Amino acid sequence: MAKISSLSLQSDKDELSLIFHGTLSLYQLNSFERQIKSVQLEQYKTITIDLQQVEYLDTAMALYLNGLSQRYHAVIICENSTLNKTLQLVQQREVVALQQKRKKSFLEALGKKAYKFYEGLLGYIHFLGVVFISKLYMLGSLRDIRIKEIAFEINESAIKALGIIALTSFLIGLVVAYQSAYQLKIYGANIYIVDMLGLSILRELSPLITAIVIAGRSGSAYSAQIGAMKITQELDAMKTMGFDPYAFLVFPRTMALMLMMPILIFISDIMAMLGGMLVANIDLKVTTELFIDRFNEVIALKHFLVGVIKGPFFAFLIASIGIYRGLQVKDDTQSIGFNTTKSVVESIFAVIVCDAIFSIMFTNLGI
Amino acid sequence: MAIIQVKNLKTSFDNRIIHNGLNLHINEGEIYGLLGPSGCGKTTLLREMVLLQEFAGGEIELLGKLLSSISKRDALSLKRQWGVLFQFGALFSSLNIYDNIALPLVEYTDLSKRMIDEIVRFKINLVGLKQEDALLFPSQISGGMKKKAGLARALAMDPKLLFLDEPTSGLDPISAREFDKLILSLHEMLGLTIVMVSHDLRSIYDTLHRVAIIDEKKIVYEGTLEGINDVKSEFIQTFFKQDGVI
Repeated sequence: MAKISSLSLQSDKDELSLIFHGTLSLYQLNSFERQIKSVQLEQYKTITIDLQQVEYLDTAMALYLNGLSQRYHAVIICENSTLNKTLQLVQQREVVALQQKRKKSFLEALGKKAYKFYEGLLGYIHFLGVVFISKLYMLGSLRDIRIKEIAFEINESAIKALGIIALTSFLIGLVVAYQSAYQLKIYGANIYIVDMLGLSILRELSPLITAIVIAGRSGSAYSAQIGAMKITQELDAMKTMGFDPYAFLVFPRTMALMLMMPILIFISDIMAMLGGMLVANIDLKVTTELFIDRFNEVIALKHFLVGVIKGPFFAFLIASIGIYRGLQVKDDTQSIGFNTTKSVVESIFAVIVCDAIFSIMFTNLGI
Repeated sequence: MAIIQVKNLKTSFDNRIIHNGLNLHINEGEIYGLLGPSGCGKTTLLREMVLLQEFAGGEIELLGKLLSSISKRDALSLKRQWGVLFQFGALFSSLNIYDNIALPLVEYTDLSKRMIDEIVRFKINLVGLKQEDALLFPSQISGGMKKKAGLARALAMDPKLLFLDEPTSGLDPISAREFDKLILSLHEMLGLTIVMVSHDLRSIYDTLHRVAIIDEKKIVYEGTLEGINDVKSEFIQTFFKQDGVI
């Protein structure tokens, strides 16, 4: 090994010499730094950095010395050409300090976020417009409707969801009946379980449960599928071959869900009422015949229709948000996850808002 | 005769200018290469030519149609006259190789099943795939095979014009040379005009008739590879002279 590296300071009134010896590398940098910091460099007018006795200088040390010489206008004395080269290298590639990211104020961040949200909303409305036009176009030329794809999507996103929807609805019916049974028993109003379940399930619960399950199951699948297709350039390939992605991907999916949603809601109605009936039978001693008789008597057909008619609207929201989010995917895999999550959250939110609007509308219409 | 003409093209993403006043022309029947440092907008230019991306100003004339103001009907007819091979093949993952190639034929023609079958098998043979590969799905085949299958699909409608985005990238040297030979022989057999983006020096020398070099948002050179020596451009200096071929 070469000489042990060291630093000696020689001061003379307002002159200071930093004399380095031996090999200078990043292992010694810290101790030199401390040693130099201990003297107040500001009080000296001229500072010289003497590297005459240095044998080796690495870039880290060179960077430090260069910084030092610039800050205190120090002069570096060095005759060794290798060392000079290292110093020159450091001087040429002076790292320009990256512009510090300006911290956004709360208002600015809020404004930016709001504007982004506004842009996203506009984007979605634009997408809806295109979907709508392509649907009209499709209906104009019935021959071009892709029956096979629609059938495939019906099977994938609706038929295969039947099991989970049936089970969820059954359990919800059971739970709602069970919770209210206790209250009703207090007043001896056992038979009113039928009115209660009939109204709440047919009008509100079944459509919502079905929509939520479909949003979580099929809407998210749409986002992920289409997002992945975008990343692998399948969508681009489609466009260059002149196939309209709206006709191939969007139309079959929205159509399939819109057709199937009312049927799914109907199934959900049946299963939820079954669950309620079971509890009524066991807990409230309302027999099956009595339950059905009462059901016939108090629940008008309109309550069922109110629930079912929401189906296509919910389906359109779920499918279009799912697909829109899929199309928003950028060229990285992370954005698939991000957009899939968003599609589920947004479509459930949209379904609930839509349901509220329906509620107000129906109440005002006296239905 | 020029089959593609780009005049004074401008492209920008947000505030970043990609092309500014770019001009080039591609003649019928030639193999034309778009070269340049990465990030110079070669693929963007290719995407603009195939209507995947809009440009901010200037004009692209392709097969006699102006792309800036093209109608839906004209766009569709153009799309039937070209084939595009994407960098990773971009095969439809839900269809097997056979159906991928057959898709444009099924959609755009009223050919009989038997005829389509014959055409598809011919195209599979043409690009050097084995017949038994036809029933595999894109996820089951190698990168080289994907490119060949993508090429077969691009050729399904017998286009006049073929766009290739980095056809040999990601292939091993032997498959890359094979692919070059394939492109050359297809060019000879079918009389195609081929436009490609490439980084592969060997393939550039082996296949291209004329090249355009994009640098600093413009074309710095357009012409045959022989003339490239006289051009002063940092990209050309480093890219072409590194192995002293010229």
